[in-house]
Amino acid sequence: MITGFVALYIFMLAAFTGYEIIGRVPTILHTPLMSGSNFVHGIVLVGAMVALGNADGFWETLIGFVGTILAAGNAVGGYVVTERMLEMFKSSKD
Amino acid sequence: MGFWGFLVNASYFVAAVLFIYGLKQMGSPRTARNGIKVAGAGMLVATLFTFFHPAIHGNAWHYILMIVAIAIGGSAAWVSGKRVQMTAMPQMVALYNGMGGGAAAAIALIEMYSHEAFSAGFGLIIMAVVGALIGGVSFAGSLIAWAKLEGKLTKSFRIPGQQFATLALAALIVIFGWAIVASDFSAPVLVTLFFFMSLAFGVLLTIPIGGADMPVVISMYNAFTGLAVAFEGYVIDNPAMIIAGMVVGAAGSLLTYLMAKGMNRSLTNVLFAGFGVDDGAQAEGPEGEMKSVEAFDAAASMAYADSLIIVPGYGLAVAQAQHKLWEFVQALQKEHGVDVKFAIHPVAGRMPGHMNVLLAEAGVPYDLIYDLEEINPEFPSADAALVIGANDVVNPAAKEDKGSPIYGMPILNVGAAREVYVIKRGKGTGFSGVANHLFFGENTRMVFGDAKQVCADLTSGLKQI
Repeated sequence: MITGFVALYIFMLAAFTGYEIIGRVPTILHTPLMSGSNFVHGIVLVGAMVALGNADGFWETLIGFVGTILAAGNAVGGYVVTERMLEMFKSSKD
Repeated sequence: MGFWGFLVNASYFVAAVLFIYGLKQMGSPRTARNGIKVAGAGMLVATLFTFFHPAIHGNAWHYILMIVAIAIGGSAAWVSGKRVQMTAMPQMVALYNGMGGGAAAAIALIEMYSHEAFSAGFGLIIMAVVGALIGGVSFAGSLIAWAKLEGKLTKSFRIPGQQFATLALAALIVIFGWAIVASDFSAPVLVTLFFFMSLAFGVLLTIPIGGADMPVVISMYNAFTGLAVAFEGYVIDNPAMIIAGMVVGAAGSLLTYLMAKGMNRSLTNVLFAGFGVDDGAQAEGPEGEMKSVEAFDAAASMAYADSLIIVPGYGLAVAQAQHKLWEFVQALQKEHGVDVKFAIHPVAGRMPGHMNVLLAEAGVPYDLIYDLEEINPEFPSADAALVIGANDVVNPAAKEDKGSPIYGMPILNVGAAREVYVIKRGKGTGFSGVANHLFFGENTRMVFGDAKQVCADLTSGLKQI
């Protein structure tokens, strides 16, 4: 269990990591990068799977089921469109 | 935590490393293609180990549901993602992002209904409630953004007293949120109402926003979903969600700020003020005549230029003219030895970098494409500039006219080139409705017509020389 200040430290370090990653990116990659970061938060899928696996009763199960559909859409869709966009970025030297 | 617990946690660690490394690689054009594959591998590892973790197999029925859910969501997204046009990319990203926000909200709801978060301490309850709110807002807001860009919701309507309603709802949300946190037992009614209020808030926040500002809003919701995922990751003790969500939350916030800055808009401006809505006193159109030429004459002068800078705008993509334009440019390069560069304004297209994607789709190599800061000093020495489907991003009013709604926005100094050619559909104004002095300039020649047709005419014009 991650608690208290350890959680705060993790939040802080991860936030700086995200900030640094974007800080020096050329504008030409902003759209693919937004799409790529959209894919990365698709990791919510693992949380949705755990929530559905442990759900009790009808309503929790239904919400977990819908949540898992949505999360899978986020992860798969985010990957497909990002890959399609990046596939097209070629240099004239390639 | 047992053997499986260890394996799953190890897989989350690997996933976190791969996510960060993959995103880092996506920051450079040379490595970007590899970056998404690295991040994808991280996702696959984390998902597979979670899937086979015995702790979530307790109920066989739920396990089957899980497989069905992944199959439905995954295949629908796969098909739509493969099919979507590059011009429609912003709304597709909005849609997938909304799904992620909805998933985070779903996790929060289950935790709150099942009381589990409430036995684990004050900090967790607050995280669960805030995560549910942000996730719900992102879900509803992204869907509205998608519907607007997709043309399903055409008007940016404002209900009278709409800002008041938004504020009142925000106050209610704070009160209800506090009631949930303060009550030791979780009241399902409170939680349900709270969730629907967060959805309504997302709708109210997004509905008045005009199409031009939508990319900023989509980026903001992308950051929101990241934060919601991080908070819910904390609630259900999932380090992969905490790290990935927080990295995206921070990266998305910075990206939102950069986009707003590129458009010379602050985020409060975007969210709480309509663009040119109450702009009753429309400035007088410029005096004088536009001078138009035939495509053949334009092609001939460009063929004899040493250097040409092309400024593409969203109109190019709407006309699907990027392939025809690239054919023309290749002919200029190969047969006439013209040095051609593409100049891209930060907000060309519907998202920063969107125009680059559209040009890349047509096969334009990225080393011919230049940013605003790189290319602006080169206009005075360019023999010719060609503006296609762009208007506001080359409008000198942004520099000269203090009363103009676009005043202060950085623009491409196209007028400094020796000759300027503008391909334009008709004589109307641009997205912001502001008249453009450039089109009336002494050295400007207009080529009227559909961008795709004109590009084809330019290419055939070259052959006749």
